[in-house]
This record gives sequence, structure tokens and C-alpha cells, in this order.
Amino acid sequence: MASVFQPIPPRPAPVRTTGYVAWARANLFGDWRSTTTTIVLALVALWLLPGMAQWAIFQAVFHPSLESCQAARGTGACWAVVAEKYRYIILGRYPYDEQWRPVVATLLLMGLLGVSCTRRFWRPWLVPLWIAVLAGYFVLMAGGVLGLSKVTTDLWGGLPLTIMLATLGIVLAFPLAVLVALGRRSKLPAIRTMCIVYVELVRGVPLISVLFMASFLFPLFMPVGKSPDVLLRVLVGITLFAAAYLAESVRGGLQAVPKGQVEAAATLGLTYWQTQRKIVLPQALAMVVPAVMNNFIAIFKDTSLVTIVSLYELTGSLGLALNADADWRPYKLEGYFFIAAIYFAFCFAMSRYSLWIEKQVSVSRTR
Amino acid sequence: MKRTPIALAGLAAAALIAAAPAHAGKTLDAIKARGQLVCGVHTGLAGFSAADAQGNWSGLDVDVCKAIAAAVLGDAGKVKYVPLTAQQRFTALQSGEIDILSRNTTWTLSRDASLGVNFVATTYYDGQGFMVPVKSKIKSAKQLKGATVCVQSGTTTEKNMTDFSRANNLNLKPVVFEKIEAATGAYFSGRCAAFTTDASGLASVRNKEAKNPADHLILPELISKEPLAPAVRRGDDEFFAIAKWVIYGLVESEEYGLTQANVDKMTAESQDPVVMRLTGKSEDMGKHLGLERDWLVKALKAVGNYGEIFERNVGPKTALALPRGANAQWNKGGLMYAPPVR
Amino acid sequence: MTGRPPPRRRGWSWRSQAFRGLVYQVLAAAVIGLALWFLAHNTVENMRARGIQSGFGFLLQPAGFDIGESVIPYDALEQNWKAFLVGVLNTLRVAVVGIVMATLLGTLLGIGRFSRNAIVRGLCYGYVELFRNIPVLLQLLVWYLFFTDVLPPISEPLSVGGAFFLSKAGFSFPVPVWGLGQALAAAGAALCVPIAWAYRRWAIRQFELTAKARSTFWAPIAIVIAGSFAGWIAGGAPTAWNYPVAGAFTMEGGASATPEFLGVLLGLVLYTAAFIAEVVRAGIASVAHGQVEAAGSLGLSRGQTMRLVILPQALRVIIPPMTSQYLNLTKNSSLAVAIGYPDVVSIATTALNNTGRAVECIAIIMLVYLITSLSTAGFMNWYNARAAIKER
Repeated sequence: MASVFQPIPPRPAPVRTTGYVAWARANLFGDWRSTTTTIVLALVALWLLPGMAQWAIFQAVFHPSLESCQAARGTGACWAVVAEKYRYIILGRYPYDEQWRPVVATLLLMGLLGVSCTRRFWRPWLVPLWIAVLAGYFVLMAGGVLGLSKVTTDLWGGLPLTIMLATLGIVLAFPLAVLVALGRRSKLPAIRTMCIVYVELVRGVPLISVLFMASFLFPLFMPVGKSPDVLLRVLVGITLFAAAYLAESVRGGLQAVPKGQVEAAATLGLTYWQTQRKIVLPQALAMVVPAVMNNFIAIFKDTSLVTIVSLYELTGSLGLALNADADWRPYKLEGYFFIAAIYFAFCFAMSRYSLWIEKQVSVSRTR
Repeated sequence: MKRTPIALAGLAAAALIAAAPAHAGKTLDAIKARGQLVCGVHTGLAGFSAADAQGNWSGLDVDVCKAIAAAVLGDAGKVKYVPLTAQQRFTALQSGEIDILSRNTTWTLSRDASLGVNFVATTYYDGQGFMVPVKSKIKSAKQLKGATVCVQSGTTTEKNMTDFSRANNLNLKPVVFEKIEAATGAYFSGRCAAFTTDASGLASVRNKEAKNPADHLILPELISKEPLAPAVRRGDDEFFAIAKWVIYGLVESEEYGLTQANVDKMTAESQDPVVMRLTGKSEDMGKHLGLERDWLVKALKAVGNYGEIFERNVGPKTALALPRGANAQWNKGGLMYAPPVR
Repeated sequence: MTGRPPPRRRGWSWRSQAFRGLVYQVLAAAVIGLALWFLAHNTVENMRARGIQSGFGFLLQPAGFDIGESVIPYDALEQNWKAFLVGVLNTLRVAVVGIVMATLLGTLLGIGRFSRNAIVRGLCYGYVELFRNIPVLLQLLVWYLFFTDVLPPISEPLSVGGAFFLSKAGFSFPVPVWGLGQALAAAGAALCVPIAWAYRRWAIRQFELTAKARSTFWAPIAIVIAGSFAGWIAGGAPTAWNYPVAGAFTMEGGASATPEFLGVLLGLVLYTAAFIAEVVRAGIASVAHGQVEAAGSLGLSRGQTMRLVILPQALRVIIPPMTSQYLNLTKNSSLAVAIGYPDVVSIATTALNNTGRAVECIAIIMLVYLITSLSTAGFMNWYNARAAIKER
């Protein structure tokens, strides 16, 4: 039976499901509701964006000139205030000629943070490196040795203070948090109770009351004249505050370690501390790294509160820079936007890192 | 488990205590041992205490600190200034964080009696007033019916204002801010119809911080008495006496014509028995206070007499342009009356 | 196994774990006790040496200062405790309104992250990232600056229809003149609440018995509104409104919210909503996808799927973190002190300076927040227990 090859007509190509057009169709014009939303939002954007762009960019004043700012008042932003005052805003009252010192010290600290955030460098020598860098930081900031002039802590301010308070707060809080978290899971009732009371007490009150206590009250709790510097007191307050929150994150990690691990360690004859150090903590801490990052972001933002107790970190130094200057004070909004951008840059970068490290950690868990 | 952090904290605390300046009992001994007077000042009120960009402090309250440092240590530069908010000031003094509080603080009975501090001597007689924008066309505080008023918290101003409001049936609404910058900021932005604080503070804010001082009017009513005085910790009568007599000495120096410029000449030449006592030429008055013979000469050389301090910081020729008024010498119609240095 | 019984545990030993545990505990307690004693002793000693007066007796003395805004009538001649009460109520006012608004906004934003429309998704994402990465204090300051600096002065307020005004004096709006009609309307509404609740119970039971769906949301609301309307009619249907008018210094008449209140509220709501959105998003993401597919195969619409299938299940995941967001909002309301809102912290610092009772005043602040936190946590735990999966 001879049959002749009869081609059937080709089927039409499937609707494209990739590419810009298809994406737009699925995501912007999926059904009538989506389409309406897109159109409405586009109209709103058309209505709002040109005005905002005019204000923020096209009509704005960038070069530090007070006259142009006053001329542009109401129509354009005065970014000139940043150009004029950026050193005061970022570095606070630190003596002008010595301002390279906080810059170098802060870069050092940030470099160290960067190193500490890289998994490759998670080695024991990180601890001495931290101690060395912190020592260098304080020598640079405070001076009084190595031919550096002495700068008292009430002159420290701006971004270096923000970064220092946040970094030291979290670093010092960490060991305390681990101990409190262990204590909260301990079988010893007195220790467990104390840890619970500490954590719940601190988490129940606002940071500002802790700062009030550190700043106003603490000197009263000490023998006359034996009270440490206010910066130190505030740092201790932030540390104790952060430790309570951090302890809860660490406890979450501890709880996630399977019970079998502890039982296996017990059959091997490890003591309590050996079990914690070699079995439980390494697993738990790897899991809490993202949570620690989130705590760090929270503390970084919370350092803005120390301005209420008269330490001039970034938010405070902006006030300091603009409040006393009648000419530039009207442009405070632009100043706020500037430091908001700084905070945002730091926090957003850290939250991205937190997401990345979360993925890294969960890779090892799902394997 | 729990004891490790505590032990660490204990160690840290011990280290801190060791690092903190050592106080050996009496304030005077402590100051001498430390080589520095620790003085609590305002965070920034032009004319009274304000730091410039280099961190150098100046103002009337600051000059009091300098004078005491000069009298006690012989060097007006040996002062550590601790800027304090209204809330912090008394605990800072009570706790020994500072030796003397020279921060335009009003002397009142309840503060004197219940806060554990002793007020030394009035350095500025003041009264609380109101400031309003000129364009509001208000000429008297009695016209402020129902107005919102910006106030800094932690001062006697809130209570004074409440009393004034009740007495005149004004129903003033306070908007209370933690820091003076926030209060003045809110006033300048137009949130409040008026700003209230001591008249000297109003002058400072108006002339140093307003964009155009002529846009703001300080109303004529003074609604309270505000004797501003430095304070020391209670329980140390020697240092109390020193602080008191340095101030009185500067006031009496003005009365008898001793100035920063002529003090050397007068010490050498003057035959006036009062001047000779003040300069320590005839009698050693410093001995009674536990100070050197030339204690007042050093203070005068550092900051000048009370009149000079006033003129330099807040007087008519400065930006604040405050008249001498109640702060003139008693024989010129003012209230500045120093007990005799003898 | 071997026949030997395990060695009998001796009652007591120097080396036993129990003994070491005891030693640890005694040591820890002793160290903490000593530290506390050291601090307390110093405080008492310092106070005695300088004759600083202490104690809570000052709460019964007249306060002597005015407070800018208050929920309850307050006079400067009343005692300090009343001033504190005003502060606590101001804190609660901003916290409660803030929690309700932040929950609504945050839930919408969280659901918006799952929208089919890419622009909506992008906007929700952008909002969350922007607002949660800027310190809340800075946001409060910016909003307050906006209200006091950017808005027009009282003499020329922004107005909508001559009834709503926005100016440096805050937001003013008309309120009905209180009269018989309003009172009866309120009474009617109050009367109908139990009826509506009973109806809802009945409707749910009927649904479970007969699978005949009745409205369990709109109908009860309609009942309450009807009751209120009936009361209003019975009271003579009054329509008088008290409109705000610009006075010399403030908006007179009507009701208004001060810039301080609005600044705190807006700052807290926008900040917390970003976190709540993340909580809601995570909650929704935690519901197994099969649930959505099953709902789809039952023919439920997207809205119904969200309301009837996803949200009830997501709620279990959402409640605990939501609780901590509510607590955060309440605690963050203490930042109001930076922009002049008379919350409990602000009142306490004023009282502190008038009376010099630093320890007592700060203890009161801490206690107020502690009680609020613990009671909120208690309520949410109770609600969580209700929403938890009922194991049958």
C-alpha cells in the first residue's frame, strides 16, 4: 500500500510565555482589574512624578549658595545645605583639624565588619583582630597618646558614633546573649528564673527608659565621683538592651538543634560545657546569623535615640549643625532626607546581606 | 553560667572605677588632685554657655567656672566642661559627676531644700518672659488667650506659665519639648504663637538664633523671679564657701574698681584698704578659704570683674544686648550686693 | 542484659551534678544580689548624705503644670498622679489608634506583595524596604517638621469643603453637636451589639447544620447601624454640626488632632506597617500552595481564597510576630517626647524636674510600659490559643 507523505499543517506556535511582552501581559494586564490598576497607577505617577522630580532635581540648588536656596524656596530642594554642612552632619563637633581621625577609625571599623561578614574569614584569629582594631579605634578617637591631641568623648559625634555604638553594642551583647540564652534553657531553676526575668524585663521597657537610666540615674547608683563617662554608660545601656533581644534569637537557634544531638553528646560522655561548645552552639549559631544581622540593623537604627540623652550621633549632629544656624535652619527637611539616605544605605545593605547569609546557611541545612 | 558575665561586668566596672578620676573626700582636694575643675554647663545658650566649632566654651556661666578654676588651681584653662540638659543637671551634680553646676539654673526653695544641692550666689537676676513674632501684632502677654506656647521641659518655666495662665485666665496650651533646640525650632517654624523662657534666654534665642531678630518681639511682662545661680553639692561647706566668695569677690572688685586690666597696677599701688584686702596685699583672705593669697587676683586676671563678665558676654555691646538692669551694682540701682570681703 | 542492677545513686556527693548545680545557682544569686545591694546601698547613701528627698509621696502633691492635650479633664492644681494618668492615657491613645491603623495598612501591604499586578507588588516591596530601613525617630521628626514647617499657618489653612482643615495647628474636623439624637443613636447601637452578636452565632450554627451560608459580617453590622439610625430618628434626627473656625491662635470649634499627635501617629503607623506587612507576607507564604490549588478547584475566587482559606491558616503563623510588633509600636510611642507630645515619658520628665524624684519617675515609666507590654502579650497569647489548630 503505497502511501504518500502527507504533511499536516504545522500547529501555531504557542503563545510566548517569556520576554517583555508576555511578562507585561501577565503582570500588568492580566485581567480587567489588573489592567485598571495599572492604568490608574500610571496616571497617578504621571501626576506626581514630574512635580517631585522638579523639586528634587531640576529646580533644586546643589552648589552651596544661600542666596540661590532662598530664591528657590518652595519650588526646589536646597541640597546646598548638605554641601555646606556635610562635615558637621557626618562628623559632629569633632575638632575640625583632626577630623581625619574619626574617618580613618570608622573606615577601619567598617573594614573589620566587612571582613567579619565574609564566611571565608570566620577563623579564630578574628577575635584578636577585633581587639586590635577596637584598640586602634579608641586610640585614634580619644588621642592623648602617640602625639595625637586628646579629644574628649563629648566631642565625638555623627556617623562614627552611630557605627561605634551599634557595632560595640552588638559585639559586647553577643557573649552575654549566648549565656542568657543557655541560662534560659538551663535545668537549674534559680538561673533559669533570673535569665527569664532579665529578658522579659528588658524587652518590656522602651530603650529610651534604659537610656534615661544610664544617662541620669546611673551616677546616683555609684559612689560619689566614681561614675564612668556618659558615653560608656550609654554603651552599657545599649549592650544590656540588645543582649535581651539577641538572647531570644539565640534561644531560637538553640531550640532548633535536634535533641538527638545532645543525647548523642551525652552518650559520648561530654560534659555540659563540652556539649554546648562543641555540639550545640556551632549548629545553633550558624542558624542565628540572619537573626543576629536583623538585631544589628535594629540596634543601628535605635542608636538614633541617644540624641535624646544629648549624645550627638548622626541624628543629633544634624540638629546641632542646623539648629544653631538661622540661615540654614529652614532647610532641615533636606538635611533629614540626607541622613535618612545614609541610614537607608546602611540598613538596606545589611538586610540584603542578611538574606544572602540566610540562603547560605539554609543550603548547608537542606543538603 | 550566669556568673561569668557578672564577673566580667564586675571586672569591667572595677577597671572603670580605677580609670575614673579619683575623688579623695573633699571636693577641693579632689579638684587639686585631678588638676581640673569639672563644671556642668548648658548644652548651648549663647551668652551664657556655648561652644564654638573648636570646642572652646564661652559665656557668663562659663566665666564663673573659669574664675573658680583660676582661684583654686591658678589656671582658668583647667576646666572640663560637661554640657548638660535640664533633666541631667541635678543628678550630675548629686552624683559627683561634676564639681559645680553653672548652667543658668533658677534658685528656688524646693530645689535648695530637697535636691541635695546648695545654691551659691545669684550671678544673674532674671525673670520669665514671652517672645512672639512681630507679625502676630501681639503687644502684651495678656493678649495670648488660648495660645499654644513652646516650652522646654525640666525648668521652672512650665509652672510659672501655668500660674500666669491661671491668674489671668488665659488658658495657655503648652507644647513641651525635651531639648531647647526642639522648642525653639518649633517656635520658629510657626507651631506655637509664643516661646517662653527666662528673658535672658529669650534675648539669646532672638539675637543669636532667629533669622532676623527684628521679626521677633520680647513682650514687656516678666511673669516670675528667676535668680540664676551656680550650685554645688551639699555636704562640702569648704567648697561651697570658695564658690560663693569667688563670685562675691568678683562683684566687690567691680564695686571698688578692680578690673582685668588694672589689677596688677592696683595691687602694687592702691592704698584703699578694701582693695588691699581683695588683692591680698594687706591681709591674706585666701587662707580662710584654703586658697592662695592672690586667689582673687588670679580670678580677675582670667575673666575680669563681674561687670566685665557681664559686658563681655551679654551686655549692651554684645549680640544679646541685655541692659544691666537688676544686675547693676547695688549703689547703681541694681541688686548686685556682695557681702564684704574682710 | 547483665543481671547486675545499675549502681544505686548515692543521695549526696561533692561531685554530684545536683550539688554543682546548687553551687552555681547560689553563686549566681549571690553575685547578682551583691551587685543589686551595692547599687541600692550607694543610692540610699548618696541620697542620705545630700538630703535628697525620695519616696512616692510626691504623687499626692499638686502637679502645678499644665498639659497641652488630655483625654480626661485635667487641671494644673490636681495631684501629680492625675498628671501621670493623663500621660498614660495619651500614650495608650496613640498606641491603640496606631495599632489599628498599622494593622490595616500592613495587612493590605502584605497581601499586596502577592498581587498579580507587578506595579502593586513593586510598590508594596518598595514601601516596606524604604520605611523599615529608616529609624523611627527620624521618621517622627520628619513628619513633625512636615506638619509644623511645610503646612500653612492657622490664618490660611488648607481646607476641604470648609469642614476639614489642615494647618500648623493640626487637623480639624467637624463633630456633631451632642444632643438627644446622638445619645439615642449611641444607645441604639449599644443595644443592637448583643443582638448582632447573637445573630452571628445563630448564622454560624445554621451554616454548620445546613451548609446554607448566611452573611456573618455585613448583616451584624447592618443590625448595629439600623439600631443606631433608629435611635437617631427617635431623637428627632438632629443634623447640627460643630464646624471648626480659624481663631487667633487655634482652630476653634469642631474637634482637632494636634501636629504632635499626628506626627507621632503617622511616624509609628508607617514604620510599623512595614514590619507588619513582612509578618503578613511571611504568614501567607507559609500556607502550603496545595491549599490555594484546592481552593481553586472548588471554584473559589481569588478574593474568597484569600479570605476563607489562606488568611485563617496564615493567622496562626502571624499572631506571635504580630504581637511583638504591637509591643514595639507601644514602646516606640515613648519617642513622642522628642516632638513634644505629652505622653507618659514627657509628663514623667516634667514631674522629675519639678520634684527631683529621678529614681521614682523613671521607675514609673518603666512600670507603665512593663504592665502594658505584659498585658498585651497576655491578651495576644489568649487570642493565639484560640486561633491555634484545635487538635481533635
